[in-house]
Amino acid sequence: MLALLKKKETYIHYLETLKYALYVITHPLDGFWDLTHEKRGSIAAANTIVILTLITRVAKLQFTSFLFLQVYWEGINIFLYIASVLLPLALFCVGNWGLTTLFDGKGRMSQIYMGTAYALTPYPLIQIPMIILSNVVTKEEGAFYVFAGSLSIIWAAMLIISAMMQIHEYTLSKTLFFLVASLFAMLVIVFILLLFFSMISQGIAYFVSIAKEIMFRM
Amino acid sequence: MKQRVKRVFALLLGIFIVSGTCMEVKADDGMEVGYTYNYDYWYDVQYSPDAYKVAGVYTAVELGLDKRFNSAEGLYVRDNMLYLCDTGNNRIILIERTDTDQFHVKQVVEEFKGNTDVKTFSSPTDICVTPDGFYFICDKGNHRILKLDSEWNYVMEFLKPNDSTLDQAADFLPDKLEVDDVGRVFCIADNVNKGMIKYEADGTFSGFYGASEVKYDWTDYVWKKLATKAQRSAMESFVPTEYDNLYRDAEGFIFACTTNVRGADLDSGADKPIRRLNMLGKNILIENGNFYIIGDLSWDNAGGYKGPSLITDITALDSGIYFALDKVRGHIFGYDEQGNLLYAFGGSGNMDGYFRLPTALEHMGNDLIVLDSQDASFTVFTPTEYGNLFYKAMAEYDAGDYLASGATWEQVKVLNGNSDMAYIGIGRALMRQGKYEEAMEYFRLKWDTTHYSKAFKQYRKAWVEEHIGWIFLVVFLIFILPMIVGRIKKIKYEIDTAQIFKD
Repeated sequence: MLALLKKKETYIHYLETLKYALYVITHPLDGFWDLTHEKRGSIAAANTIVILTLITRVAKLQFTSFLFLQVYWEGINIFLYIASVLLPLALFCVGNWGLTTLFDGKGRMSQIYMGTAYALTPYPLIQIPMIILSNVVTKEEGAFYVFAGSLSIIWAAMLIISAMMQIHEYTLSKTLFFLVASLFAMLVIVFILLLFFSMISQGIAYFVSIAKEIMFRM
Repeated sequence: MKQRVKRVFALLLGIFIVSGTCMEVKADDGMEVGYTYNYDYWYDVQYSPDAYKVAGVYTAVELGLDKRFNSAEGLYVRDNMLYLCDTGNNRIILIERTDTDQFHVKQVVEEFKGNTDVKTFSSPTDICVTPDGFYFICDKGNHRILKLDSEWNYVMEFLKPNDSTLDQAADFLPDKLEVDDVGRVFCIADNVNKGMIKYEADGTFSGFYGASEVKYDWTDYVWKKLATKAQRSAMESFVPTEYDNLYRDAEGFIFACTTNVRGADLDSGADKPIRRLNMLGKNILIENGNFYIIGDLSWDNAGGYKGPSLITDITALDSGIYFALDKVRGHIFGYDEQGNLLYAFGGSGNMDGYFRLPTALEHMGNDLIVLDSQDASFTVFTPTEYGNLFYKAMAEYDAGDYLASGATWEQVKVLNGNSDMAYIGIGRALMRQGKYEEAMEYFRLKWDTTHYSKAFKQYRKAWVEEHIGWIFLVVFLIFILPMIVGRIKKIKYEIDTAQIFKD
């Protein structure tokens, strides 16, 4: 591992794969095919994009002009806020993989993660300049800011669709169907997790109360 | 050892006594009591110093009357005279104010003279006095509006309009009225939901005024389509809201309020409990504040009170500031012309400054008078130093004296650091003086995006003008210079690789 980090080629490969994100977002169908099949993407670059997205989301709260985003700081929990991105991302990857493996999906979990992460690229790419822009425009000139904000989301959504299409080698309609199905899969996972934790805590409470009872009797 | 312990105790005791006597004594500005409050940008309650304090509470005992007020409903003020409709006792009481807290009964009217059969009142609910001395009285129990002259002689009466749109079998129950400068009468009658009844000065009915538009959404429409006939008739029908009270302000516009509201519709802005109607009956109330003009913004169901504020009366000062009275929790809300909440105060209870069932609100100068029908009393409020500073600052700003207005708002800020109005007032004064950067800071602190944008636009303009040289330099360095370098390189490359020089 350490030897790998010392080699210069590692960094060159990392930067190349990261730069490839810019190609992917402008040529989604071709780009996502090569991303996995030609190994032109890397998990390291995907992690970088996810972290950039998280930083952008937090920075947006702090640095966007209050004309466009009024933050009630008393109501913000930074960990929950970060989890609000990471948790759905993780659930989506697991849920989508779990479903598509059953229905001829060609993608592996790492590929699904990589594709989804690369599809998030427009978010930091557009939002960071918009944070700066928001501080030099007035409220009346803010239409462009609002437009760019929704553009970044729509663009990312379209990229996710094409990513899933190319990774699983699905048709468009099948992709859309399994995206919706993935959402339900995510809900099921959340439900089972809640059930699991609730059961565990009940079980622990049972043994704790037995132990207490024994201690009282002694 | 014992000696030592004793000494330590003596020392401690001394410290306690000294610190106790030296404790800072703060003036009671009402901050601790939580009587007066306002809502900040996030709809959170922020307590403020008292804007109004009670000058006196007056019952029949203080006024020297034989009977206590019985569910009194109507109140009217002209100059320093107070006209009170003692509804349950079928009488009208004229009270003169000689000093801030001096009220004396001038006359108790139980009957009048003139050419009519019934010369007494029956449940008079409202009275209006014109500048030329005529009395207009809603004689509800006798189903008429009376016009009497200043000597209490019968002049004429306004009866139920002979109009096909009104159910002729039902009784005419005039409840509240106002009279304009030429003697036209605007009347709110019970069980009439087409708006106010408007009479010409000669007593003829001239139509309905200010009916609120009927509202329904498409879900209601779909439900009605699907429902059976029996279900449809059981559903509530879409009728315009009835008004509860009205007030004619100094500019001649009519403030109207209604208690026919629903919490969800208030939050969404669909229900307008307070309206200011122009001559066509259209609502022209300005709502430029952070929230809708609905009284309390959040209502918990504690203490036996539930649901939204029910605005039962309105009064407007000559400066355009208006006050609304909530009969549920006994709160009084003061708004400025732009619809910003200045302060809210009051409450339910038996103490001075609290009400049991407030029914009418009037003003005498800047003083407020609230009639409490269940407590059989009226309460007089006078503005405190804090309240007067608000009026002063706003008057100065309206007069164009921005410097003085800013200074007054500074004083308000000293008394109440939470006051949004103070910060925005200071900011606006600074903006008028061209100090845009400082103004922006004040607006930013109170989330005033509109004013901030205005100040920022000017600030940005000045900044660009000042730094135009640098801006051009940066543009040159980033865009133009690389272009020129690229062009030169290209020419050089072409010269280097050109065939003619190769040979």
